[in-house]
Order: sequence, then C-alpha cells, then structure tokens
Amino acid sequence: MKKLALSLLISASLTAPAISYAKDIVIGFTTSETGKLNADSTPQLQGFELWRDQVNAAGGIKVGNDHYKVKFVKYDDQSTASRVQQLYVRLVTQDNANFLFSPYSSGLTATAAIISEQYGKVMITTGAAEGKTYELGNQYLFQMYTPANLYLASALDAVKAKDPGAKIALIYENGGFAKAVAKGAKQYAGKLGLNVVMDEAYDPSTTDFSPILNKVVTSGATVLIGGGHFADGSTLARQLHEQNMKLKMISLLVAPDVPKFVELGDAAYGVSVPSQWEPEVKFTPDFGPTAAQFTKEYKARYHVTPGYHAAGGYASGIVLEHAIEQAGSLDTDKVAAALNKMNATTFYGNIQFATDKSDHGLQIGHDMVLAQWQKDSQGKLGKQVVWPAAAGTAPLIYPISK
Amino acid sequence: MIGILVSVINGLLLGSIYGLAAIGLTLIFGVMKVINLAHGAMIALGMFALYFLATSGGMNPYLALPLVAIGGFVGGVAVYWIGVHRVIGRAELMSLLATFAVSMIIIGLGTALWSTSPYNVQINIPGVAIGNYTIPGNHLVAAVIAILIAAALYLFLFYTRLGKAIRAVASNRQAAELMGIPSTRVLAIAFGIGIGIAAVAGALIATLFPFTILSGGGYELKSFVVTVLGGLGNPAGALLGGLLLGFIEGVVSPFVDVSWTPVIEFSLFVVILIAFPMGLFRVGRGK
Amino acid sequence: MLKKPFFWIMVATVIAFVVMPIFGGIGVRESLFLAAVYMILALNLNLMIGYTGYVNFGSIVFFGLGGTLGIYAITVMGWPLWAALIGAAVVVALLALLLGLGILRLRGAYFALATIGVVEATKSFVSNFDPFGGSTGMYISFSSYKPLGGPREALWIVYFLVIAVLAASLLLGYMIKRSRFGLGLFAIREDEDAAMVLGVKAPLFKAIIYSVSSILPAMAGVLFFFKNGVIQPDQAFELTLSIEAIVMLMLGGQGTVFGAALGGFAYEQFRGYLLTSATFSNFHLVIAGALLLLIVLFAPGGLTGWLHERWSLTRRVLE
Repeated sequence: MKKLALSLLISASLTAPAISYAKDIVIGFTTSETGKLNADSTPQLQGFELWRDQVNAAGGIKVGNDHYKVKFVKYDDQSTASRVQQLYVRLVTQDNANFLFSPYSSGLTATAAIISEQYGKVMITTGAAEGKTYELGNQYLFQMYTPANLYLASALDAVKAKDPGAKIALIYENGGFAKAVAKGAKQYAGKLGLNVVMDEAYDPSTTDFSPILNKVVTSGATVLIGGGHFADGSTLARQLHEQNMKLKMISLLVAPDVPKFVELGDAAYGVSVPSQWEPEVKFTPDFGPTAAQFTKEYKARYHVTPGYHAAGGYASGIVLEHAIEQAGSLDTDKVAAALNKMNATTFYGNIQFATDKSDHGLQIGHDMVLAQWQKDSQGKLGKQVVWPAAAGTAPLIYPISK
Repeated sequence: MIGILVSVINGLLLGSIYGLAAIGLTLIFGVMKVINLAHGAMIALGMFALYFLATSGGMNPYLALPLVAIGGFVGGVAVYWIGVHRVIGRAELMSLLATFAVSMIIIGLGTALWSTSPYNVQINIPGVAIGNYTIPGNHLVAAVIAILIAAALYLFLFYTRLGKAIRAVASNRQAAELMGIPSTRVLAIAFGIGIGIAAVAGALIATLFPFTILSGGGYELKSFVVTVLGGLGNPAGALLGGLLLGFIEGVVSPFVDVSWTPVIEFSLFVVILIAFPMGLFRVGRGK
Repeated sequence: MLKKPFFWIMVATVIAFVVMPIFGGIGVRESLFLAAVYMILALNLNLMIGYTGYVNFGSIVFFGLGGTLGIYAITVMGWPLWAALIGAAVVVALLALLLGLGILRLRGAYFALATIGVVEATKSFVSNFDPFGGSTGMYISFSSYKPLGGPREALWIVYFLVIAVLAASLLLGYMIKRSRFGLGLFAIREDEDAAMVLGVKAPLFKAIIYSVSSILPAMAGVLFFFKNGVIQPDQAFELTLSIEAIVMLMLGGQGTVFGAALGGFAYEQFRGYLLTSATFSNFHLVIAGALLLLIVLFAPGGLTGWLHERWSLTRRVLE
C-alpha cells in the first residue's frame, strides 16, 4: 500500500508541470452539500472548482514575482444558517483563509457577510442577490449578481413591449430573496404602468400550489411572474402544467436556470427565467475566457450546459484573481481597493461595484437577460435568450401555446 | 364562487391523503403510546420506494403501491425490534428520542445516497375541468386510493382476528395478554402496519409532487395536526381529521394570503389540543 | 452553598470559559460561544424535562422569540443592548407564563405535541408579521456595534455576556434543585396526582417553572442574533435545534445540572467535529442518530448516569 502511494506520488510529481509555487492562496467558503439548497448550490461550487483547477494548471495567481497556488477549504452548511458563522470563523481563524466566497443564497450570505467585516477579509458574494446586506456599512463585500430589485426588470420590459394590457400575478416564495425581487418588480411594474392583479407570497416549504393557482385563475391574470428557488419553483412549474393554466407568459426565478429543470419535460416548455448569464451571450472580455470557451470547458468536465449559477461561481474566481494581480498583494485593503476600482468586462458581463458608503459592494455594472425554454425543430427542449431582443438568440414566444 | 368550490374540492382530495398518512401515526400511538418521530422519514422512504419501482423498475406507479406497502411493513417490523421494543412502557421521552434517532439515521443515509435535490415521478392523467379551473387527475386517483386503503384498514381492524387482537392490545395490554394474545408480536405487527401505511401515503404523495428525503417532515407535522383533530390513537378519526384539515385549507385560502395558512393551522392545533384533547369527534377529556 | 464542592465546580467552569479564549484566541472563543449557547439551552430545558418531567419539544421558541424581540428593540426602536436583553426576557417570560397556564393542563405526549405546535405557529406568524421584517428578517446595521467599540470588539463583549448568562443558568439550576420549590417539582415528576394530594400546587408550579425556564434562553437568543448580525425566522425557530437540545440533555444525563452542562458542551464539540471532518461529514447525521439510539436504549442516564454507576463518589459531588 505504502509502496503504491509512493510510486503514485513520484509519477504525479514527474508529470506535473514544472511550476514552483511560492505559497498557497487559501479561499474559504461553505456550500450546501446537503439540505434544500443543494440543487442550486452545486453548479456554483462546480464553477469555483473549474476556475481553481484552470488557474493552478496555468501556473497559479501571480502576485508580484511569485506564483501562488489556489487552495480551497470548504464545509457543508447543510443549507441552514445556524452553523454558517461558526464555519466562516473557522475558515478565517483556523484554516487561515486569505479570501472568502459567499455561501449560496441570500439568506446564508446575510449571515456570513458580517464575518468579513469582523475579521477584515474580502468576500466575493455570488448566488446572493438580495441587496439589504450591502446597506449595513460594510467595507469588504463585493457582489457578483445583479441585485434582487432589478431581477425581473427584463421580464417586465418584455411584457410591456408585447402586451401592455396584460394582467400580472406576482406569486413568490416567502423568503428574503424572492420577496426583495417581488418588491422591486412591483415598483418597476408600476413605473411601466403595468397592471398587477395579484401579489401573494407562499410558504417556502409549499408543495401543493393548487390553492394559490386557483386564486390566480380567479384573479383573471394572464401573466405569472415569481417563484423562489429550485425546489418550490420546479414544483410550481409542474403544477401550472398539470392544472392546465392558460397563461400567456410564465417567468420564474432561479429554478428554470438549473439544468435539472429540463426533467419536467412539457411542463418546462415556454417557462422563462431572469438570468444573470446565458452561454449564448457575447461579451469581449478584458480578461479570462470568452463565454464560448467557458461553456465548452464546463461541458467537457461536467457534461451539462452551464447555467448562471455556474458562471457566477467561475466569474467570482477570475474577478478575485484579477484584483489580486492588480493589487500585487494579498493584503485585504489593497485587494479591496483594486476591486473598488474595477470596471471591466468578463465573459459574464460588465463588473463594477458601488463604492458609496451607503451601499458599498453592490453590483452596478452587470445586466440580466431573460431566457426561455423553447423547442428546436426536432422538438428537443433548450434554453434561448429572448430579451433584450437585440441580444437574443430567438424571439420570445408570447403567448405560450401548448 | 366556483373558485371557492374548486379550492374546497382540492383541499378535500389532499386532505384524504393527509388522513391516510396520519392513520399510520395514530395507529401506532393508539396501540403502544409511542409518538413515532420517524413518521416523516418513513413517508419519505415510501416516496423513494415508489420512485425506484416506477422509474428504474419500470412499473406502473399505482401497481407498485402494494410493494411499497409490503416493504414498509417489513421495514417497520425491523425498526420495531431494533429501536422501539426496548422503550415500550418507559417514559415517553425515551420513545420519542428512540424514534427520532431512527429518523436521523434514515435522513442521514438518504441524504448521502440521493442528495437533497428534488425527484419527480411522471404521471399523466387528464384532469377534470370546472369552468376555467382544473382538478388534476392524479389528485383524484390518489384520493380515491387513500380512501380505499383507509376503508380496508377499518375492515381489517374490526372484522379479522388479528385486527381484533390489535384493538384488544390497544385498549388494555394486560387484559389482552391474559386472554392469550401474544401482545409483543401484536405490537410489532401493529408498528409494521403503521409504517406500511405511512410509506403508501408517501408513495401517493410522490405521484403528486416532487420530493426529497426531507419532504416527509412537512407531512409529519400535518399528521400531528390531523391526529389531534381526530383524536390521538383513533384511526377512523384520523381520516375525518385529514378531510377536515383539507377542508379548512380549501376554505381559508381564497380569503387570506396562503402564507398565513400554517399560522391558522398550528394555532388551531394548539387550541384544539388544549380544549379537546380527545379530538373533535369524541366527547370527553384527556387525562 | 459555599461548602458544597459542586458550587466550586461551577465556579471553575465559568472561570475556564472566561480564561480559555483570552489565551487560546479567537478560534477557541467561537467554538466556546456556540458551546455556551447550547449549554444554556440544555440547562434551562433540564428544568422542565429533568426536574418536572414535562417533555418540552419546543424550547427553541423562547430562544427565537427572545432574539426576535431583542433585535426588534435594537434595530427598530434603537434601544441599547442591555435594555433589549432585559426587555426581551421580561416579555418572553410573561408570554410563557400565560401560555404555560394553558398548555400545561396537558400531560405526557399531548404536552409534547402542543409544544411543537407552539413553535410552528410562532415561526409562521413571525414569517408573516411585517414589523419583524417578515420572512426577510431584521438586519443589524454595523453602526449598532459602535457603542461596544465596533463589530470586532463587540464580539468579545457579547461573548462575556453569554458566559454571564451561562453562569446564571448553572446557578439557577443548582438553586432550584436545592430549594423547596425544586422539591415540589420533583414530586410532580414522580407522581403529579400524589403531589397534588400532598399540597403541591402543581398547575401554578408548572407554569412558573415553564416561565422561569424561558428567561435565560431568551437572553441567549438576543445575544446570539446580535452577534449573528441578522435574524430570520427559519433560523430563529428551528425545531431541529429544539430536539437537539433534548439530545444534549440525554447525552449528559437529565435531571442533573452537571449532566445538562456537560451534554451541551459535548454535543457541540461532537457535531462540530463531524461536520468539519473530511471522513465523516457525509454521514454526520447517521453517526449522531446511531449514538442517540445507543444512549436511549442502553444508557438512558447519559454520561452522568454512567459516571454514577462507576464511582459512587460522583453521586455525592455532581448535582
């Protein structure tokens, strides 16, 4: 056994590229390996890991004249906030993390965020769109996602253009993220002069949506916008289909962007999702890969087309990498200064952080798109970018005809 | 108006399944005074059993139900001998914790094996349209099956030797023992039946909604509410309690935001428990 | 009291909690913080389960409600931390007294079920109640930590406050055990009807102990969520934590102050280890469950019971 291990070690050292790493850069985070956020959190973790392996294969992060190898330390947060702080403190104090990534979801990130302030570590937040966390007076948080209040802007723009008289039902999970999205959407709909006929939250553990769907029918709504995370959103989509709801447009948060959503089959058809990123977008990156390169490499490794959770994870890595290289140091304040100055385009889109004290770290450069599940000529389901129309890969199907 | 009617029908359909799930819980409590905190985990195992029989095994989901029930029964008897037998007759804290420990083990294993991403059993049965509303076909079928199973259990308990033995042990174990009923074996069988019913209820729920290994928890809480409405330890009451809970959900939801439904449900639960500890369908006071 | 060895064991425990992080650093402090919170929960739950024989499955409601009210006082009403602590404790204790007069008419399994209902009802109410931020919860602005010297320094102050609550929990459990009131509770635990015949005012005693057992967890809730920076209902009212508190009590041995404290401490260390260990993290629930089952089936006295069986000396020293 020992012999085998030894020979493996030798052969590994022989085949490894001849890079001498000065030291490790330790990045710490928790991820939802178990619990209700598992399906949403996994692609984000895969994005992180793809970035790490690519950076290390290419020689690590260059700080001054030294090459640093990226090392992750991660723990399972079980999708609940109760141990998040303990784990993040452990990452900082015992595992000596230099930098932090956020957990998945607004709720867990809100709990983790304070650690970055208490222990003076930069935290790149991804998979966490809710904006309130950034208004508490932080210095070291940097958000990768377009904030929640703008999430549904593209969907509402599309409705406004296609059918200004539509009756909109806002149906969303009673939780931090979805509620913030719904609040922003309602304001934006008011600004566009759209008619919101129903505005109602459901319990996060809801599995039976028929009471609420009956109310949607009663309200006479023609467009349904809302959802929350994967578990509730995919259930909602399935029941919309089973109850034969005659809606012209269905736009749900998060769930339709998770690759597993396609397992719903016909129920997935026509459902649209506000997305931080889609493989078809075409940005000319200032640094890092293009969207096509990222998609290809991700697919080669995980055998599935990446959604925006994966892209957000990967983009967090390259943004941090770029900032460290710019700063030429691992010092928190220097890297934070580089991030504050950043105004760059990546495969994931434009990245710029608010530097005001009142909302420091809020993402202000990035825009979202609207994607829709459509059928190709062979009847196979696939996601297409449908809004903004100029950036689209296919026209929005409106109304959905089943 | 039609909206309220449809909402009530939906509630009753689902209520019959809540009722079935609760029968499993209340039967066990009635016979051995054990509140089975592994109830939710067993419901979840029933969901997965159906999933694997239907997808990997290629069976028709409804024909797979008897297999799920038998599997649940066998598993239940095993759990009885491993975890429950030694705590019968001891302080209720012990049986609560023993069954909770079983639940932790099942959920832990389930999480490691199947992760916690949702699973789906695909069933296409055309629904019934009422005006603009649709009542999904799978809900109708599931409700009918739930009521049939509940009726079969009732016949079993009242008209077979074994059923009568179970009821005898439930009402007085010592007396039953004196009458020559092997009470320990009866307890194990009753526990197995309770778990079998919970597993079938879980399988029926799996035909309606996506699920994970954690999904049982919500139905366990609902089962508590239902058992309290119907009277702890009273299987016939549990079905009525389930229908009542479904009716309440159906009537309430058109008028208040659905996120308030749990507040109403659980407040009602506490109040009824204090005011009518024997359930709504039986007169008298708890000890 | 000063002559009893156990009193000095408690004093030594508290001193250790104060001294260890000063030398051990921040990592030690964080681990001890959570351990202290768990010990507070277990010690106060012991008053109900261990002393009175009533299985409270919903003890977490005190912790969550205390946290919710305290953070509301701090963020919305602008109260200082000390005032929020006292205010939350008083309100929770009064609510518990009223609730206790109602649900403590139930016994055994009926009572246990009712306490679960109380947690779920409270949780879903707070999730829908907008003044408490609804499901989004309440966020503490970093400027709220200014009076304590900034977010980093506040952690130390909050830690020492939690240790003060822990000390109070130890002392409370000890004094009740040695009082006439405590004797009344034990009588209720052994046989409530007989106790009533002997003149123990059982309904009143039960409601009082239910209320008393809510005060310190409520304060721990305020401190925990103040440190946490945000309070969300599904985190504040997590039924699992409530059940875990019972597990701690079983692990250490119910009915003794020593057992409750030891159980809280050991459980936290054990779960923390399983969760962060590369080998076990996938199976932490399975292992914790199997351990609990073994304790229930074969060692219902917990660690303390096991010690008592080994050495009769411990029976006289550990209370």
